[in-house]
Amino acid sequence: MATLNLTLKIWRQDGPHKAGRIETYDAHGIPDDASFLEMLDIVNERIIEQGGEPVHFDHDCREGICGACSLTINGIPHGPEGAVTTCQLHMRKFNDGDTIWVEPFRAKAFPVLRDLVVDRTAFDRIIQAGGFISVRTGSAQDANNLPIAKDDADASFSAAACIGCGACVAACKNASAMLFVSAKAAHLNLLPQGQPEKTRRVLGMVQQMDAEGFGNCTNQYECEAVCPKEISAGFISKLNRDYALAAAKETLT
Amino acid sequence: MSESLRNDGRVWAPKSKETAAKLRRGELKPADIAEEDRDYYLERKYPSFGNLAPRDISSRSAKEACDEGRGVASTGLGVYLDFRDSIKRLGESTIRARYGNLFQMYEKISGANPYQTPMMIYPAVHYTMGGLWVDYNLMSNLPGLHVLGEANFSDHGANRLGASALMQGLADGYFVIPATLPVYLSTVSPGSITTSHPEFAAAKANAEGRLKTLFNIQGKRTVDSFHRQLGLLVWDKCGMARNEKGLQEALREIPAIRAEFWENVRVPGNGENLNMELEKAGRVADFLEFGELMCQDALNREESCGGHFREEHQYTDADPEVASGYISAGEAKRHDDKFSHVSAWEYNGEGKPATLHSESLEFTDVKPSVRSYK
Ligand code: FES
Repeated sequence: MATLNLTLKIWRQDGPHKAGRIETYDAHGIPDDASFLEMLDIVNERIIEQGGEPVHFDHDCREGICGACSLTINGIPHGPEGAVTTCQLHMRKFNDGDTIWVEPFRAKAFPVLRDLVVDRTAFDRIIQAGGFISVRTGSAQDANNLPIAKDDADASFSAAACIGCGACVAACKNASAMLFVSAKAAHLNLLPQGQPEKTRRVLGMVQQMDAEGFGNCTNQYECEAVCPKEISAGFISKLNRDYALAAAKETLT
Repeated sequence: MSESLRNDGRVWAPKSKETAAKLRRGELKPADIAEEDRDYYLERKYPSFGNLAPRDISSRSAKEACDEGRGVASTGLGVYLDFRDSIKRLGESTIRARYGNLFQMYEKISGANPYQTPMMIYPAVHYTMGGLWVDYNLMSNLPGLHVLGEANFSDHGANRLGASALMQGLADGYFVIPATLPVYLSTVSPGSITTSHPEFAAAKANAEGRLKTLFNIQGKRTVDSFHRQLGLLVWDKCGMARNEKGLQEALREIPAIRAEFWENVRVPGNGENLNMELEKAGRVADFLEFGELMCQDALNREESCGGHFREEHQYTDADPEVASGYISAGEAKRHDDKFSHVSAWEYNGEGKPATLHSESLEFTDVKPSVRSYK
């Protein structure tokens, strides 16, 4: 197992309303099998031993499925590899002697809480505005009650693969959340269970997105390029169509 | 990695220790190993279940192969999960459609392409068996506090099977709680509750005192170092196989680690801003108590059952079930006459022994029997 000696330039910020700064850390002897987050764990362990305060960053599952980890690495959300989350990025993708810049996901709607941790609850509020279905609970449906064509199921699934990390927003020059919102809306709008609330869902989610301060989409597709789950920007066009339809319906009723 | 991979992957280890050593040093590649030098041990030991043998059994078998010195990977803790044959049979695109996301995950972690070379796997701690005690309506012993999903102890028994977390989330969320919670709510009327209650003041003072204590210790060791020490100890002594001696040792060592934690941990910061080290310290403090209880419970349960394998309680050649060929020596042996119960432990405060409440398991329509996976 090889080890790497790295220099880290990390964004430090003590709290939401404090000024931030870049600090330099020496990260020597990092095993190349370590993930990016494990590398930060090692660095933090050393910082604490020397009496400092560790670099704060979000993480949870560490296997690319929860959407908690973030980080803008060398200017790219989730780093340079593509189609991975930061927790899936491994140090073997870097070279000995590299200098790595680590910053938070930056967007007006994602205020920094501390260091590399940002507040992404705006996404939760968008989901609360329509990203759900209402079903009767308490008794089981008959199996195969709702046949769904394989193509629809696959399309819905590819939208549902969104883990809500927010990289799309961080990559966009407008800080637009359209890829996230369109994936979450399409996931339900493509299924029969999503039909009854479709109009309400689309209007509610889009309005909440605007209220949270996310920017408009100007078709740059940086979102698609950094998405760890490779969500297609085609869902954005679908949301635009669904929105037009929903707005028309709303005016007519 | 997800257990679903065993649907199409075949688990094997090399038959000989010498081959394993060469694989570990990278002098041989798994593809170099001839068919007759591979031990598809699950298929060999459990021909009717093969690679789909339950989690506890498969995990123990992997451990056994590695304990024998037949483990692969540089650490010696690994066996192969091989898709060569199913790719040949079904084609790579079918395997990709079934497991593409998991294969990608593996490739990222290990840097190796599992379509071309077998995965290396080893059992790891994932879920624990058990959880918070609840009644039939999913209410805990605190009136009004209902516990749903994996957080409660209720459904999974002594072993967790694949996706049992989802099963429990769905069962509790869809079917149980919609029927039981409204009944509870109909029995209470919201009174006037203020924070002036003495219990509230005591709880608040307690929580604040604990935080202050953690900050004030200003010791030399990081929270992670304690977490790692405890984790390794519990993994060794209360892991896939346990015995009385090891559990007794763990029960002596955990209180010592806990004592050192409360004297020598370092929690940086002051509690004025977001502090993840503090959060972690609170959890590790809980683990230090809970780990002890787990060992206590494992020591108390003098049988093997599901994920709880007490080395003293296994089938031997002296047992009629082994003589008849129904089951092999070395399999887990339950003692239903003494342990057909759930052990619910009542917390009595830090460092005080917990009180055991056993809830007997009554079977009316089916009778528990010894299951053979052979
Ligand atoms: S920590 Fe869960 S996706 Fe990275």
